[in-house]
Amino acid sequence: MAAEAKAPTRRVSSQRTPAELLRVIFLPLGQLLAFILGSAVVLGLIVVVLAFLLSRSDPKILQTALAILPQVIIDGIVRGFLFATIALGYTMVYGVLEFINFAHGEIFMVGGFVGAGVSYLLNQWGILANLPAILFVIIVVLIGMTVSGLLAMGTERIAYRPLRNAPRLVPLISAIGMSLVLQDTVRLVATNTPLGFNARFETPNFGKPFQLATIPLGERGIPVLIGPKAVVFIVAAMLMLLALNYLVNATRLGKAIRAVAQDRTTASLMGVNVNQIISLTFLIGGALGGAAGVLFGMNIGTVNPYMGFIPGLKAFTAAVLGGIGNITGAMVGGIVLGFLEAFVASYLSLFTGGAFSGASYADIAAFSILILILIFRPEGLLGESTTQKV
Amino acid sequence: MAKSSPQTSGTGVWAQLSGLLGRGPGGYAFLSIYALVTSLLLLFNPRTNLFTDIVFILFLLMILAIYRTKVHIGFKIALGVITLGLVLPAFGTLNPYYIDVATQAGIFATLALGLNVVVGFAGLLDLGYVAFYAVGAYLWSIFSTPQVGLMIAGATPIPSGWFYGFILVGLTVGGVFGVLLGLPVLRLRGDYLAIVTLGFGEVIRVLAVNLDKPVNITNGAQGIKDIERPPLFFGDAFRAIAGAFGMQLDDNQLYQLFFYFMVLVVVLITILIVSRLKNSRIGRAWTAIREDETAAIAQGIPLVRMKLMAFAVGASFAGAMGVIFASKQLFINPPTFDLLRSIGILTMVILGGLGNIPGVILGAVLVTLLDLQILPRIAEILRSAQKAGWPIPAAFDPTQYQRLLFGLLMILMMIFRPEGILPEDRRRQELHEDDE
Repeated sequence: MAAEAKAPTRRVSSQRTPAELLRVIFLPLGQLLAFILGSAVVLGLIVVVLAFLLSRSDPKILQTALAILPQVIIDGIVRGFLFATIALGYTMVYGVLEFINFAHGEIFMVGGFVGAGVSYLLNQWGILANLPAILFVIIVVLIGMTVSGLLAMGTERIAYRPLRNAPRLVPLISAIGMSLVLQDTVRLVATNTPLGFNARFETPNFGKPFQLATIPLGERGIPVLIGPKAVVFIVAAMLMLLALNYLVNATRLGKAIRAVAQDRTTASLMGVNVNQIISLTFLIGGALGGAAGVLFGMNIGTVNPYMGFIPGLKAFTAAVLGGIGNITGAMVGGIVLGFLEAFVASYLSLFTGGAFSGASYADIAAFSILILILIFRPEGLLGESTTQKV
Repeated sequence: MAKSSPQTSGTGVWAQLSGLLGRGPGGYAFLSIYALVTSLLLLFNPRTNLFTDIVFILFLLMILAIYRTKVHIGFKIALGVITLGLVLPAFGTLNPYYIDVATQAGIFATLALGLNVVVGFAGLLDLGYVAFYAVGAYLWSIFSTPQVGLMIAGATPIPSGWFYGFILVGLTVGGVFGVLLGLPVLRLRGDYLAIVTLGFGEVIRVLAVNLDKPVNITNGAQGIKDIERPPLFFGDAFRAIAGAFGMQLDDNQLYQLFFYFMVLVVVLITILIVSRLKNSRIGRAWTAIREDETAAIAQGIPLVRMKLMAFAVGASFAGAMGVIFASKQLFINPPTFDLLRSIGILTMVILGGLGNIPGVILGAVLVTLLDLQILPRIAEILRSAQKAGWPIPAAFDPTQYQRLLFGLLMILMMIFRPEGILPEDRRRQELHEDDE
């Protein structure tokens, strides 16, 4: 790139004071925390009111509902960060290409599998058990991010770039095909290696769950627990969100990404290499998805080739909920959706006397939210409304 | 086989050959010999093996040849009636496996034609199409078995003679579901619609798994078994005719033939309706919406109503076919209606040619044959190669890798021939407008 093009950019970015920079990076995190608190309070209140109304017929309900509330909130946070990290990949790609990368759920799954594979190898070599947990997390997450990021870049190069100027449905169908191909390729590899279809994710000992509090109920209290892996997940997810904020809002690359998202043609006239930026966007989104896959697999303990589909769909819902194309929106959407799901999963069967199993209706709740959002507020919680261009 | 369409027929031998066999006396001779040879090969060698597979595929592709060749329409119809109405059923009594494949191909052809109305005509990508099929199938399954007694206390299964009426009920209920799903989501842009319909398909499947409590409606993951088949009121007559040719038919064979003919009739009716729709005012409105929504609104086309109609028409075919499918299959459970089925139907439409009716039927037949015949055959070959010492992983079974197949078909078709094998003229222009 020409040197004179560089000079003014430097000047502009240097005009930003450190305070402003910090604000840009940490403001979304603040928003995120506000939404975590808000969701917890609003949903908690709804649960309490419902439980209070129902407690007239069954006095035990109120007590039980209150007792499990803190655990449900923790569960909601973990789910929320999962959806948020996957949703970032959807929203970034949508931002630059206006295209739903259907295969993103599979990129997430591949990350999980790479993590399981690495931990399997470490175990075979006999060094897994002695590895410090933090070092282990860093190794598997970095490898998972690299593989998933490169894979996402590769899928773009093979299946989407040749179709960039085709009618909208053409790349979408290609992406659906890519998602199926990835699922079965991973299955082919997994079932023919010692990993197997349901691959175990071996980890070193992370230690006991942290006990945050004890709720007095009956003779012995109900402990509020958070597992160390869940803590790792939340911390890692927050770090990634911060890094992404920095990258998008405060670097030259981020500026180029924003420019391409705003107007591809004009950006290319300004000297931005559009193809390269799109590739890098897939790389970043894929790496985030892969990291989420590794952390998720570690948290759950097993991975399988079809595990990416439903979280992928929900993460897309989260991206739409927050306003697709909007990075902070994707995080917020993920958190809100995670909370809603955790609450439905835990309280539906309690409130209906076991008639509906909450875990399976949580999926339905997520899709209903998607439909409702698309009807009533298609621009999402944080999105700006756009009009259709002719 | 006359695979010559004006734009693919190059020069040289192929063009000359298709010119010679595609019309006139050459065409008559070609079709007659083709039909005679394949029919005789099938009837005198009905065992299930690779050779019969190939002949069977050639036999089905003959329908395409009949369609493409320029001969007198009466000759075409006569040949079609002989091959599909006599030869194939006779072959089916000798080898029940192949007529089942043909029936499946017919079922999928109807579904693909229905989906084609939504995706091909109106340009709305529906990834949850199988949900409407499931609704039809569950409808008949619940009401024809004691399951209905579990849902409504004291209710008894309706007599199996109601089957024919229930096809219409399935048609209506499918259409109603199409409208119900369509109403909220049709204002959305194309790619959102795809995701929402995908979610809807999942919701229907999750409901099918979970609606065994509080009230047992679908019997959950166990599925519903012993689904009633319709009474064969002409069974004795048919047996007598077959007996005159020296064939003894048992009940199962009769039912197989019955469902084969039933599906054949439904396919023909569907083709008739769909092709009439396509050339109607409604069909032209769909095309306009597909090509440019904004321009279509400007032309005064009621956008949402037209999209709803496409959704309802597509869904009602699936609903009606669901009733027939449940009755043929005798047993249904939720995994029968998973996403893979929807994707499979979409692959048929894409492979054959979005929007083009013969193309879609070709796609349905090809994918069904690929799925039910070619993949198992490849698996067999791989197994024998493995025994002979080839390094083929033991856990690799091609019949289990439909996703890979569908996925590859989709990507390759989108990159190299997005208009499908038998393209619709208008669609080809649309996709290649910047090539010229």
